[in-house]
Amino acid sequence: MKILVVDDEKDVKDLFLQRFRKEIRKGEVEFMFAFSGEEALQTLDNIQQEAVLILSDINMPGMSGLELLEKIKKDYLKPPPVVMMITAYGDEENYNTAKRLGADDFLTKPVDFKLLKDKLLNS
Amino acid sequence: MNQHLQTLKDLIQQSNAFSEEEKVLLLKAVKNAENDLMISEFKLERTEKVKRTTAILLEETIDELEQKRKTIEVANEALSKSLKELKATQAQLIQSEKMASLGELTAGIAHEIQNPLNFVNNFSEISIELLEEMMEELNNGDSEEVHAIANDVIQNLEKINHHGKRADGIVKGMLLHSRSSSGVKEASEINVLVDEYLRLAYHGLRAKDKAFNASMETHFDTSVDKVNIVPQDIGRVILNLITNAFYAVSEKKKTETDKFQPTVWIETKNKEKAVEISVRDNGNGMPKHVVEKIFQPFFTTKPTGQGTGLGLSLSYDIVKAHGGELKVETEEGKGTEFIILLPLTN
Repeated sequence: MKILVVDDEKDVKDLFLQRFRKEIRKGEVEFMFAFSGEEALQTLDNIQQEAVLILSDINMPGMSGLELLEKIKKDYLKPPPVVMMITAYGDEENYNTAKRLGADDFLTKPVDFKLLKDKLLNS
Repeated sequence: MNQHLQTLKDLIQQSNAFSEEEKVLLLKAVKNAENDLMISEFKLERTEKVKRTTAILLEETIDELEQKRKTIEVANEALSKSLKELKATQAQLIQSEKMASLGELTAGIAHEIQNPLNFVNNFSEISIELLEEMMEELNNGDSEEVHAIANDVIQNLEKINHHGKRADGIVKGMLLHSRSSSGVKEASEINVLVDEYLRLAYHGLRAKDKAFNASMETHFDTSVDKVNIVPQDIGRVILNLITNAFYAVSEKKKTETDKFQPTVWIETKNKEKAVEISVRDNGNGMPKHVVEKIFQPFFTTKPTGQGTGLGLSLSYDIVKAHGGELKVETEEGKGTEFIILLPLTN
């Protein structure tokens, strides 16, 4: 399974690579990273035909995670990517907006990697 | 009749030395003298009266003046007390303005600290796992794997250290901001200062209004020298200008179509003898009658309770105190640019 992680914090990449090192080694998951909403859209364009799960932060400078979610759900229909949103502020408003825009799941920071693993490997 | 004149009159009347005609003339002269004397006496008396009245009036005037002097003295005391109170109030206002801007920052600061803390927690947890794996590999005798894991752990510890320092820096910055200005100038990296306050302002606004989002474009001139400034004071100016810029674009976003992309540009420029910091937005700009007043204390266009009206006025004073200039250029409907010019020698 391909997972695209979108976050403006660069160290998120190393964090995911280490947290999922066993799963990566076993070939269960493959990670890609984008450091902005704009970059995420570019990456999606480059791998058009592949199914992908997107894990995106909400609070980013420039295009926010919610805007990215809206664009993905509108423009990338086949195959429809699964989008999980991550935010530092786990509030009702962001949750509802994300749900309304078609987010498949919602996580709050700090990310519980055990929970995330369960979700990813069962999705 | 006057006694001496009476004597003269009697003598003239009894004397045989004068003819009757001469006596008439002399007695008339005596009478005239008597009249003149009476007039003089009357005049004298009148003058005396005037003098007495004047003396009384003078006394009254002196009393009045004394009273007035006392009143003025009391008023003076009240005034200098008021002045003292005003000065104290002003100091309080400055402090509360600072605390208000800190309040706006709280959410931003929380976000900024939360991120590095998450990294510290995550990378330390992973490192524990890695070291456990390493012990297994030691038992297996796979020294190549042991080396690889050790390298990962070193890398993680570096990250933990980096993010710990990052959180530390944020807390220090916050304390620096809330403390009364030390007033001590120190050689400061302008680009670092601007970047730090930009992040705080951005996250502060995002936390307050979750629907809000703006692009930030930064152009930091790397040739900008260190400048001798009071960092927390100039930090406040930068924070104030950036917060205003974000406010301006978010206000415009409320009335604009989806096409509008709220953007704030922050730029530093090396001007040889000075450093220029520019904060530009594509908000609504300001009409002339507003621009004229923006540096006046207590002037604000924000709804009551949302702005102290002291931000720009204090910013202006701070920049002036550094021997610099705070300039504004604005066009209605297009946006506004604030420029801080700080001389290298001040």
